[in-house]
This record gives sequence, C-alpha cells and structure tokens, in this order.
Amino acid sequence: MSAAVLGPERRAYLGLTAPALALLAIFFVLPLAQVLWLSVTDPRPGLQNYAELVSNPLILRIWTTTVRVCVVTTLVSVVLGYVVAYAMTRVSERHRGAMVLCIVVTFSFSILVRGFAFVVLLRSEGVLNSALQGLGLIGEPLRLLRNETGVVIGMVHYGLPVAILALFSNMRGINARYQDAARGLGASPFQAFRLVYLPLTKPGIISASILVFIYSLGFFIIPTLLGGGRVVMIAEYIRVGFEETLRWGHATMLSTSLLVAVLLVLAIMARVVDLKKVFGG
Amino acid sequence: MGTGATTGVGVRPHSLQVRRLTKAYGDQIAINDVSIDVERGRFLTLLGPSGSGKTTILLAIAGFVTPTRGQILLDDRDITGLPPEKRDFGMVFQGYALFPNMTVEENIWFPLRVRGVGRSEAAKSVKASLELVQMGHLAGRYPAQLSGGQQQRVALARALVFQPNLLLLDEPLSALDRQLRGDLQWELRSLHRRLGATFINVTHDQDEALSMSDEIVILREGKVEQIGAPADLYARPATRFVASFLGESNFLAGRLVATDAETFRIAVGDATIVQAGRPAAAGPDGDIVLALRPEKISIGRSRPGTVNAIRGTIVDSKFQGASHHVQVQTAPFGLVKVAMQAWGHAVDLAPGAETWLGWSPDAAVAVRSDG
Repeated sequence: MSAAVLGPERRAYLGLTAPALALLAIFFVLPLAQVLWLSVTDPRPGLQNYAELVSNPLILRIWTTTVRVCVVTTLVSVVLGYVVAYAMTRVSERHRGAMVLCIVVTFSFSILVRGFAFVVLLRSEGVLNSALQGLGLIGEPLRLLRNETGVVIGMVHYGLPVAILALFSNMRGINARYQDAARGLGASPFQAFRLVYLPLTKPGIISASILVFIYSLGFFIIPTLLGGGRVVMIAEYIRVGFEETLRWGHATMLSTSLLVAVLLVLAIMARVVDLKKVFGG
Repeated sequence: MGTGATTGVGVRPHSLQVRRLTKAYGDQIAINDVSIDVERGRFLTLLGPSGSGKTTILLAIAGFVTPTRGQILLDDRDITGLPPEKRDFGMVFQGYALFPNMTVEENIWFPLRVRGVGRSEAAKSVKASLELVQMGHLAGRYPAQLSGGQQQRVALARALVFQPNLLLLDEPLSALDRQLRGDLQWELRSLHRRLGATFINVTHDQDEALSMSDEIVILREGKVEQIGAPADLYARPATRFVASFLGESNFLAGRLVATDAETFRIAVGDATIVQAGRPAAAGPDGDIVLALRPEKISIGRSRPGTVNAIRGTIVDSKFQGASHHVQVQTAPFGLVKVAMQAWGHAVDLAPGAETWLGWSPDAAVAVRSDG
C-alpha cells in the first residue's frame, strides 16, 4: 500500500507507530545485523566460523546436549502439563481461578532465586535427599545436581506453566459432552480419551511443545547453576564466547545458528499447524 | 436378533423399568420416587418443564447419573450399577455431540470401533445405517460441514448402528427450526415403526411429545404427574398442571351443589354448570375445578342450544391461520379463552361485541388442583 492511497488521517495514525519502529530498528534490527556481520568478518572475513559447526566436535557435542535436554524438558513439561490442564477443565470455577493464579505467580519469581532454591532442594545433603533417606526409601543420596537430571528438573519448572496455559486454552474449548457421548456409545473411559479427547487436544499439544522447546533453547542460568559446569548448553557457551574467551566471531556464529534453529522449528511446525493459533494471533 | 442380520440396522425391542428412582444432589431432589414402565417397542416421552427432572431420569437410564435410591431394570435384569458403556443403549445427545475430528462415516463407525469391529468389517453396517437416515451421500463430510437437520440424522445413525438395546433421545429436535422439526417428527415416527425398537425421548415441547409418542410421562418438580397415551392425557388430564402444560385450558373453579346418576352441578358465582361424570376430584368441602379446552367451547351471537351457556364480551382475538383465538370476558369465570376454526363462521369478533359461549356437559373434565 503506497502513501498515495492513504488519507491524511490514516497517515497521521501510521506516524504514531514511528517511535516504536525506530526503537525496534535501533535496538533490535541493528544489533542483530551486527551479530550477523561479526559472524562472517571476525576475526577475518569468510565463513570459517560456520565451518566450525561441522568440524568442531565440542560444538557438535554442545548442540547435541542442548537438543537432548530441550526435548526431554519439552516431553516432561507437556505430559505433566496435560494432566494439570485437564484437571483445570474439570474443577469448579473457584478452584480453576486459584489454579490459574498459582501458575501465573510462578512467572514472577526471579530465575536466580529459583535456580538457587533448586540447588538447596536437590543437593546431596538437600531437603529432598534428606527426606528420602530419612524415610528409608533410598540408601545413597540421589545425584540430582551437576548433571542433566538437575538441569531438566530446573527447566521443567519453567516449561510447565507455559505448557499448562497453552494446553488449557485449547482444552477449555472442548465440550465435555464428547467424552460422555463416547461412553454412551460404548467406549470405555480410556477409549473415550484416546479416540475422542486426545485427538481434539492435538493442536494444544503441538503448540505447548513448540513454545516450551523454543523457550528452553535459550536457557543458560538454569543449566549453569544446576548443571554445575558439566552440562553446557548452547546459550551458556555463547555467553562464554562473548564474556570470557572474547571470540566474538565464534559467539555470533553460534547465536546465528541458534536463531536459525528456532526459525527452522517454526517453519517445520507451520506445515503442521496454524501458527497464528499457537501464539494466540 | 431378527432384522439386524439382513439389513445391518436393526434393534431388538427391550423393555425397561424404572423403579422408585430418586436422585438427590445435597438437599436438592432432582427426581423423587419415580417409577416408569416402558414396554417393548414403545415410543415413550418424558415431558416436563425445565427443572422437572426429565433429563436426570434419562441420564440415569443411560448410566451417567448414579441414582441415590431405586433401580433400573432392562428386561428384568438390574442394570442400575452398570457404567454407560456396558448398557448398550444408543443415545442421541442434546446438540448431537458428533465428534468434530471425525467424518460422518467415522462417527458412525465409532460405536462399532470401540466394540472391536474394524473399519472394513463395519463398512456394511455403517452404510446401511447411513441409508436408513438418507445420509449416504455425505459420508465423507465433517460435522461442521452439515446443517442442523443433517447432524441430527447422523447422530441417529450413530446411535442405531450397533443395534442397541434401546434408543435414548435427549431433546433430539430442540436445536432445529420449526419447519424442520415438523418434518423430523414424521421421520422419527416412521423410523420407530420400521425398527420396532424401544425409544425413550426427552422433551419440553408438548407438540413433539403429543405427535410422536405412544406414551407420555408428564413430570413436575421431580415427580411423575401423570402417565398415559397422548390422546388420553389431552382429553382427561388428571391435574390442573397437566391440563395447562399439555395444550391450553380454561379453569372453572366452583362448588358442588348437586349430584345425580350421570351428571353433577356446580355453582360458579351465580351461574350453574352441568358436568358429566362423577365429582371424584371434589375437595372435602365440595370445591371443584373443571378444565375446559378452548376448542370445545362454541361461540355465537345468540344463545346456543348446549346445556351450558353464558354471556360474554369479546376482549380481543388473534388469527392463527387455521383458527381464531378469542378472549371473552364473562361475569362468572372472568376471562375465557375460546378457539374456533377460521372458516365457515360469521361471528363478530370485534372487541366489545356481545357474544354467547356454550359447551356440552362432557366437554370439560374435573381436575385435581394441588399446588
């Protein structure tokens, strides 16, 4: 649409968006362009930084760890979230309000507070291990820190509320009558769930999975705190490149590959589901 | 198992008994000591206003509501404790509840699928069922692509495809427009006749109940008010509630003054009415209420030859195509509703016109006036 077809009033309204666009350009587009630029010019022009993606076994290992941890986090979050979201559709209005509040409140806790709280909770002499040992359920303390288990536990804590809300918004639109109808036509409770309810919640499962997966790709504080340096994920490795080893060309290349990975996930999913619905558009 | 083997769609007729069924939700009593006998092959309708417990009874029969007390028997077998899927009842849900993620064909296959019948194995029954409701050409559509009437037919086919013990219908026509409702009433009747199955229907629509059922159970506040064939209920309502809920009635309240062999007389103000029958419904002090259908009253300019005749003034009238509905103000009874056929009459229906009303002794019926 050219400016010529817009009336003066419309042009004035468009002018109102200019400050926001300028901010985006200065603080988002420009730095992003700089990241892309650095990744192909530092330390010298060329694609040698990107060559490391396939040639450097360390990067390959970090990427593998990242994808594995994120996939496990996504699976656990969505499965646990499914149960909670389902329960939310079946309780009274009052209980539902309380549940939504509890979930939303978790977003307001600082990631550092949560991270350290998990360290206290999960370490060998921590609350969880002492309790389990005290009950005589385990002899040796479980190793829940400085490994992928700890990282996944911490990341699920972040992914779960996201998964619950995405699933709940899908399930809320499904009439409970469908399951009754299935039972009335001879389906067992499990058949009614598997053949009728589960397929109807597929869009919710897909959107919850995309959201949690993309969200967890960018985590670095939780893996650092709970992985104790043994679980290095891509975002953490990028931070090291910027702040410690000062290999900016290398770090910007990894940032770019992370960005491409996210776009790739979205592109694949766009073929399966309507992304506008996933992001509530 | 008769007809099923040949056509793929057939329903074995079964009888159902509801015995002293009560359902309480805390202090709220939804159904109160309800007993109903549904004979083999009957089309029975539970009729009542909202809150009368009709849907709760149907859901208890279907197995979705666990009764507080009482029993449900299918051919003398107690099924009160069985979950819905073990009862083998076909059900057409309010709003139909067709599965939106399945095509028409898959929806109809569903009851067979959960019984372990594969798709190709079920194909013949699914097809027969679709043809039964004339929906064969839309097998590949999704429910959202169907009109209300088509969805209703698919819901019927789905409920019948597995040769259920009974067919339960929860307000099957309420979502449809008036014209379609009328057509589908004929279709449901004809379907019932062809299948010979036992149908139990729930509705709040008296026209639907009257036109489709063999038998109607009228419910009020969780209790059975009266059970009977449509024509009997209409002609001989036992209570004031039934007389006003099923069709329209004028209620003439008076005092019993004389009884002879075949008639009795009641006084209403300074008028006396002669009524056929025995004054069985009279209260201890002789109070009695007669229900008089508007269409049983004749209206004319001069005093009619009927035994009962009173003068009145026309208040208003409305034309309803086949009939005129007239409100007449009378001294003894107040406002009386009269219905007269709209052709072959030359009566002045202008408001304020003087007129005569008349009816024979057997036109009205004495009703109990409790509540």
